[in-house]
Amino acid sequence: MEKVIRTRGIYSSFPRKGGAAQTATHYCPGCEHGVLHKLIGEALADMELQDRTVVISPVGCAVFAYYYFDTGNVQVAHGRAAAVGTGISRTKNDAVVVSYQGDGDLASIGLNETLQAANRGEKIAVFFVNNTVYGMTGGQMAPTTLTGEKTVTSPAGRDPLQAGYPLHMTELINQLQAPVYIARVSFSNMAKLRQARKAIRTALEIQRDGKGYAFVEVLMACPTNQKMNVEEAIQFVAEQMEAEFPLGVLRDCTAERDPIVRTESDYRKETLDHLLGLDTERAPDAVLDSTAPTVSVKMAGFGGQGVLSMGVILTRAACQAGKFVSWYPSYGPEQRGGTANCGVVMSGQPIGTPMVSAADVLVAMNRPSLDKFAGEVKPGGLLLYNAAMGEVEVPEGVRVLAVPALELATKGGSPRAENTVMVGVMSVLGGFELIESAYHEAIAANFAGKDAAIKANSAVFDMARQWALDQSE
Amino acid sequence: MNPTQPERVPPYPVIDPLECKACGRCILACPKKVIVMGTELNARGYTFAQYTGAGCIGCLNCFYVCPEPNAIAVHLPAKEMK
Repeated sequence: MEKVIRTRGIYSSFPRKGGAAQTATHYCPGCEHGVLHKLIGEALADMELQDRTVVISPVGCAVFAYYYFDTGNVQVAHGRAAAVGTGISRTKNDAVVVSYQGDGDLASIGLNETLQAANRGEKIAVFFVNNTVYGMTGGQMAPTTLTGEKTVTSPAGRDPLQAGYPLHMTELINQLQAPVYIARVSFSNMAKLRQARKAIRTALEIQRDGKGYAFVEVLMACPTNQKMNVEEAIQFVAEQMEAEFPLGVLRDCTAERDPIVRTESDYRKETLDHLLGLDTERAPDAVLDSTAPTVSVKMAGFGGQGVLSMGVILTRAACQAGKFVSWYPSYGPEQRGGTANCGVVMSGQPIGTPMVSAADVLVAMNRPSLDKFAGEVKPGGLLLYNAAMGEVEVPEGVRVLAVPALELATKGGSPRAENTVMVGVMSVLGGFELIESAYHEAIAANFAGKDAAIKANSAVFDMARQWALDQSE
Repeated sequence: MNPTQPERVPPYPVIDPLECKACGRCILACPKKVIVMGTELNARGYTFAQYTGAGCIGCLNCFYVCPEPNAIAVHLPAKEMK
């Protein structure tokens, strides 16, 4: 009986890749990403860890690593693998998290998160591919570019006075107490490749045993961008990169460390609601109803006019009535003055986007808001504006109503409740089809603990509603 | 040794002509220099590495340096029974 050594832990074909050549990687000829993929896949397969593993694909040439690894996979934004890996590890205590990142991803935009995750000792095996350039985007200078190395953005060679010195990630990580294992490896000859294979396996064994953070920097060249053949690429790694970035195991405290045991995560709805102080009683689950209208509402005014709370009250009412609903605010940094607006979308179906760019209903509390958003009202839509702003120009093909908000609010006993007036008018004319009691419950929830305010706003709401009913007759 | 046992098949690499991208890493890594680059093109337009047919010692260097997951498999004889 013979034994056949072949790639393990990697799919045998790559349908996620699509197109032609679905049994080949997308990597350039001679690129060592494939070598590293094979070593990681082999280790995971040998240790029977594939079903526990989530490989995080980076941004960079390995962005499509999920085509290849026969494991769980996610792909994340530049530099965010450390944060996402932390989330995965903390929610799935048993997960083997593998973060595969390049030098642009990890050492540039992801530097902070990388160091923070390492410092927390997260249970992540990081495989950091350092090839001294941004490969995917065409060979620009990276944090790890060698001094004097020519790239498309350092055509005269990296000048430390301009661009600093090559960043030594492995040594930086080695300043932190938490990491269990830290090594730098290369594939520049077979002995080094076998050392690399061992380092990769150690990093994954640490994950298997839940002991914490392992960091393995893998030196490679980028034959395509650096315009090298394979022989030159190997020579570049062996002679230039290894001189700048010495190989070796900088730390291995696998034997001394115990498995990290974290408390079981609890993601039940009631636990989260409690944690976030959410009012579960007043937030029933939405009911699918294909006959219910989908209505987009935009409310805008000065900061302080209550347009954001107007949206919140409307949102609460829709929620109370069993609708899917979103509230999306937009405002300046100032608490008063400035401009504020919010969009509310309510529907009998899940909501795709909370953005309101075409409104069924616009409430404009001041003139700038009217000028800014009047053009966004759909044909046949409803435009409510604060009558206090006097004569206005309004678009054609839109139903327009001037609402004497201050007058009605004052008559209802609460001059500040102009926003509640608008909610009352919308409840009649907005086409929302919500039961009336839902608005009262929303007002009660919005002013919870302030009985006088609940009473006053309910009165204002009723007054406004009656006014709107009179208008529509 | 049992004299009736068939002669051991020596180790050998199987290089899939279609999957090779002609980078030549296996050729550089082979200590016995028994892999060479061919001159024909495969269906994807690359020339491809070929085993000369004899001399493989089963060191697996070509397998480990090959970046393409499906390009090289190495057949090794089973360990001899004592």
